[in-house]
Amino acid sequence: MNRARKRFRTHIVVFLAPAVLVYTAFMIFPMLDSLRLSLYNSGPNGVHYVGLGNYNELLGSDQWAPRLWNAIRNNFTFFGIHMLVQNPVGLFLAALLATRIRGSVVYRTIIFTPAVLSVVLVGFAWRMILSPLWGLSHSFLSVFGLGSLDRPWLGLQSTALITLSLVSVWQNVGIPTMLFLAALVTIPEELLEAARVDGASAWWVFWRIQFPLILPTVGIVAILTFVGNFNAFDLIYTTQKALAGPNFSTDILGTFFFRTFFGQQLQSGDPYMGAAIAGVMLLIILAGVLVYLFGWQRRMTRVEF
Amino acid sequence: MARLVGSIPVAARRSSLRAQAPLILVHLALISYSLLALFPVLLVALNSLKSRSAIFSSPYTPPLPGTFDMVGYQTVAANSNFPLYFLNSLITTVSSVGLVLLFASLAAFALATYEFRGNTLLALFLTMGIMVPIRLGTVSLLRIMVTFGLQDSIVALIIIYTAQGIPLAVFVLSQFMRQVPTELKDAARIDGASEYRIYRLILPLVRPALGTVAVFTMVPVWNDLWFPLILLASDRSKTVILGTQVFLGQFVNDWNAVLAALTLAMIPVVILTVVFSRQIVRGLTSGAVK
Repeated sequence: MNRARKRFRTHIVVFLAPAVLVYTAFMIFPMLDSLRLSLYNSGPNGVHYVGLGNYNELLGSDQWAPRLWNAIRNNFTFFGIHMLVQNPVGLFLAALLATRIRGSVVYRTIIFTPAVLSVVLVGFAWRMILSPLWGLSHSFLSVFGLGSLDRPWLGLQSTALITLSLVSVWQNVGIPTMLFLAALVTIPEELLEAARVDGASAWWVFWRIQFPLILPTVGIVAILTFVGNFNAFDLIYTTQKALAGPNFSTDILGTFFFRTFFGQQLQSGDPYMGAAIAGVMLLIILAGVLVYLFGWQRRMTRVEF
Repeated sequence: MARLVGSIPVAARRSSLRAQAPLILVHLALISYSLLALFPVLLVALNSLKSRSAIFSSPYTPPLPGTFDMVGYQTVAANSNFPLYFLNSLITTVSSVGLVLLFASLAAFALATYEFRGNTLLALFLTMGIMVPIRLGTVSLLRIMVTFGLQDSIVALIIIYTAQGIPLAVFVLSQFMRQVPTELKDAARIDGASEYRIYRLILPLVRPALGTVAVFTMVPVWNDLWFPLILLASDRSKTVILGTQVFLGQFVNDWNAVLAALTLAMIPVVILTVVFSRQIVRGLTSGAVK
C-alpha cells in the first residue's frame, strides 16, 4: 500500500497542477493582491502605503461614505426583493413541476430560458417594455381600470430600484426553480403516496413532508442569491448606466465599484479606492457565507434515500 | 371518466378524482408563468421584423405582409461587426469551456482516486472559489493582464474564465468520479494500464456530468459583460455582449436596430437551452445536490 502510494505521487502532481496553478494565479492571487492594493493610495509623490486609510475614508468621509452606505442599503433592498419574491415563486413553480405532470419538460425549459439570456438583453428589452413610448405598463394597468397609476417606473427615484429588482427576479427565477425541483424529485414517491392514501391534502404533504426534506436546498438557494446579488452589476449598468440613476437610487456595490475603479465622465478611475470597495464587498460576501455555513448548514441533517 | 370508475380500486379512485381538478389548475399556473417568461422575448423578436411605425402603433401583432420590414437587421449589418463579435465570443467560450473541462476533470480524478496528505484541504481550497466571485480581484487582474500585454485580447478573457470555472467544475466532477467503482480502476491497473490511461478510461463514464458542467460554465462566459468592459478596448476584440451593449448605446433611438441586435444576440443561448434543457435538471439531480 505504502509503496503503491509513493509510485503514484508524480501522477498526482501532474493531474492537479493545471487546475491548481490557474486557479491560484488568476483567482486567489488577484483577490489577495487586490486586498493588498486597497492599503495603498496614489498622491502627488506617487503611490504610498496608507494602511486602512482608504477604508476609513470610505466609511467616514463626506465624499465617500454617503455613496457607500447608499449602495449597501440599495443592495440589501435588491437582495430582500429576491428573497421575498424570486425564491418563493421558484419554490411554488418547482412544487408544481414536481407533480410530474405532462409537458413538464417544456414548462421547465421555458421557465429556465430567461436565466440563460444576457442581462444586457434583458435590461434593454425591459427598458423598451416599460418605456412610455411603448406604453405597455399603461395598457396593462388600463385593463384593470388603473391606467392613472402608471408611472415612468425606471425614471423615478422611488420606483426604479424596485422595478429593476423585479426585472432581475423575472430573469433569475428559473435557477431556484431548478434547484428546488432537483431536490423535490429525489423524495421517494412512496413516501408521498403513503401520506396521500392516509388522506393528507396536497398542501399538508408539501409543508409537512416535502418542504422539510428540501431545507438544505433552501439554504443553498439563499446563499447563492446573496452572493449573486452582492456581485450584481450588469442589469443596473445596462439600464441606468454607470451613474445608476436617477440620483444614485439604483446604485449597488457592483456599479459603485465599477464607477470608482474605472472612472466616469468627469472623474478618472481610482484603482486603490476601487480595491477598497472590492474589499468591502468581499467582507460582506464572506459574512454571508459564514452565516450560511455555521448558522444554517450545520443544523441540517442530510437525509439519504 | 365515469366509465372507468368501476374498474379501479376505491382508494385510487378517490385520489385520482381529487387529483383531476387541481391538475388543470397546475397547468393553468404553469402556462401563465410560461407566458410571463416568454412574453418579453417574443415581443422583442417579433417586433424586430416590423417597420418602425408598426412597432409603435401595434406592438402586439406579429409581423404581417404590410408591416414586415428587415430594416433593423440591415442597420445592424451595415453598422457593426457582428460576425466578428460572434467569432470572438465563440472562440472565448469554446476555449475556456474546453480548458475548464480538461483541467477540472484531471484535478477531480486525482481528488477522487488517490489518498494523499492534504487531499481534503486541497478540495476545500478549490471549492472556496464557488462562493467568492472572481470580479472582486478585478483591480489586480487588470494589472496582471497589462503586465503580460493582454489587456485588449480575448486571451485574457479565456484565462480569467478558465480560473472562474474551475472551482464548481472540480466540485461537481469529483462527486461523480467518486461514484466510479474502485474495482474498475484496480482491474485496469492489474492489466498494466498507467494512471493516465485510467483517467482516459474513466472520463467517458462521467460524460453526463461533463455535459452539465459544460452548460453551467458556458452560460456565464458567453453572457459576461464585466470583464470585456474592463479589458477590451478595440472593436476587433469585442464579444457579442459587449458589441451589443455598445451598439445599443449608439442606436438607442433606432428601435428597429436595437430590436434586431437584441434578437441576434439571443439566438445562440436560446438554442443551447432548448438542446440542453434535459441535461440541466439531470445534472442537478444526480450530481451536485446529493
